Amino acid sequence: MQTILSIAADALAYGMVLFIISIGLSVTMGLMKVVNLAHGAFAMIGGYIASYATQQMGLPFGVAILAAVLGTMLIAVPLERFLYRRIYGAPELTQVLMTIGITFAIIGIANFVMGPTLKTIALPAQLQGPVDLGFRTIAAHKLFAVAVGIIVAGALWFIIERTPFGVRLRASVDDAAMAGALGVKTKIVYAVSFALAVGLAALGGVVGAQLLPIEPYYALHYMVTFLVVVSVGGAGSIAGALVAALLLGAVQTTGRYLMPEYGEFFFYLAVIAIVCVFPNGLMGRSK
Amino acid sequence: MKKLVLASLLLALSSSVTFADTIKVGVVGPFSGPAALQGKNFQAGINAWLAVNGNTIGDDTIEIVYRDLPAPDPAQSAALTQELIVSEGVQYLAGYYYTPDAMAAAPILEEGNVPMVVFNAATSAIVNASPYVVRTSFTTWQTSTPMAAVARQRGIDKVITVVSDYGPGVDSEAAFVAGFTGAGGEIVESVRMPMNTNDFSPMMQRIKDSGAEAVFAFLPAGPATLGFVQAYVENGLKDAGVTLLAPGDLTQEPDLAALGDNALGLLTTFHYAVSHDSPENSAFVEAASKAIGSASELSFPAVGAYDGMYVISKMIEATGGNQDAAAAVEAVKGLSWVSPRGPVSINPENRHLTQNIYLREVALEDGQYINKEIQTFENQGDPGWKAP
Repeated sequence: MQTILSIAADALAYGMVLFIISIGLSVTMGLMKVVNLAHGAFAMIGGYIASYATQQMGLPFGVAILAAVLGTMLIAVPLERFLYRRIYGAPELTQVLMTIGITFAIIGIANFVMGPTLKTIALPAQLQGPVDLGFRTIAAHKLFAVAVGIIVAGALWFIIERTPFGVRLRASVDDAAMAGALGVKTKIVYAVSFALAVGLAALGGVVGAQLLPIEPYYALHYMVTFLVVVSVGGAGSIAGALVAALLLGAVQTTGRYLMPEYGEFFFYLAVIAIVCVFPNGLMGRSK
Repeated sequence: MKKLVLASLLLALSSSVTFADTIKVGVVGPFSGPAALQGKNFQAGINAWLAVNGNTIGDDTIEIVYRDLPAPDPAQSAALTQELIVSEGVQYLAGYYYTPDAMAAAPILEEGNVPMVVFNAATSAIVNASPYVVRTSFTTWQTSTPMAAVARQRGIDKVITVVSDYGPGVDSEAAFVAGFTGAGGEIVESVRMPMNTNDFSPMMQRIKDSGAEAVFAFLPAGPATLGFVQAYVENGLKDAGVTLLAPGDLTQEPDLAALGDNALGLLTTFHYAVSHDSPENSAFVEAASKAIGSASELSFPAVGAYDGMYVISKMIEATGGNQDAAAAVEAVKGLSWVSPRGPVSINPENRHLTQNIYLREVALEDGQYINKEIQTFENQGDPGWKAP
């Protein structure tokens, strides 16, 4: 029983980290219809900024998170204006080629600027120690990741479903021309939601850095995992991404405990099974 | 294909009769991609050697020709090696970070009349692939075996082994299990983890549940070590007194800063620590740090490359600059010298280094995390090597 609870705690933490990083991608893919393979690269940039802020400049963790999110958005704005704007509505292959190119460029630049070694983010003392849950101890930063995941899910749902901006975003996604005719500044809506998605990526990169360490190839290493979470959850669905991340986190964590020698077998088996039953993802809208 | 072979033979013949002014050394390694740091260390070792000893041997000048092989890729390795021999006309081949790459290139050596000095690839069997292979690094068997003795000396009876599921991990497990059970210890469980594992908490839970007093782990140097060591501490294994034993790949120097306090006190066995205390090593570290740009990026492949360059220089000396692979390899069999890592010699039987293996403890000295050598196992051969 203790072991089961123990695995459940690990699975929850891992699933939440997956959710935080993947949800931004779900927004770009589902709402903006852009297959953004550079999503992992933005998460990595966030991680690098937070690492630099805490290790080199000695800033507190909270400031570092803010700096990472805002800094990455700042880097993304010109990218959106000059590169991404050209591929909105373009065929998927064009989008994939463009964004994978951006990814390789960012990897090269990260390698050159930050060096090939691992970078860590200094955590505040409160997040460092283990926390006693009664049946086991768990790292405090994992509980922090769970909390951040819940807040992100709630806030996103509120923004998209309950605010005027959310209404405009959904309108622009469904019919950009009509939304534009009705006075919605679609270009600005797209730019803002792109920045939002990138900010979420950066946040995920920072919060998840303890499990997925920051190094130049981060951008490619975990891309498949993020894409899988989005496609299993259904692109654009917040609840779907949350359920998918938790489910896949649970499958992977259990598999790693019970049968590590099978590797990713159970993870992909679950993916195949889910996609067979729900071709649009767990909560995706049918096309 | 036939033309290529013919061309390489002609080249070989022509260079053995004419007087060679410039001797080219072809170096194959990961100079870009995820393992670029290790390739950079190859370069640092080579440049350090050239800076200390100059680039001339007798009347001949050494020229290094680099070829980039970012990820393990046997076919590409064979192609690059052939290209180096045929169109660049290299007299010596060196480098090779991954075992499959060295294995794929080895069959070309005799035909091309070129010796290969392996700077890193650590599987015992590589030296059997061709009589022209000489290795100046280590084998996983060599660095893992002494850890079994360490565990027994510290009164540990029950160990769980946890290794990355690929060649060197399996080698490391076999070496430790053989040594440890041979010394009367008990292996309670042997777990192999997939290469791309990133969350090690479930593994730590399993280690806890196994009731072992210590865990023997092998992970390749790089990102995964961070998560592993962190999970080991955060899941309370360190506090519970479960000792973590590992070959030195787990705590290579460039990763130590990231591992931080979590790594303090970890015990690893390895052939080289950047902090090794000897005049030879001080000179090496100074030259290699200058070559690589920052001392914090210096790691074990640099010393393999540095010693490899020494071996190549001895080969050039012995053959007077003529291309004669058999004579060159023969000349360095039994060669012994003092490397930055300590006294070493080339075993004439398997052309691999006999060297000291050190037990090290991660310590904080002058604000820097180092692998502090605390015990020496002298003149260790390669227990994993079997005569072909």
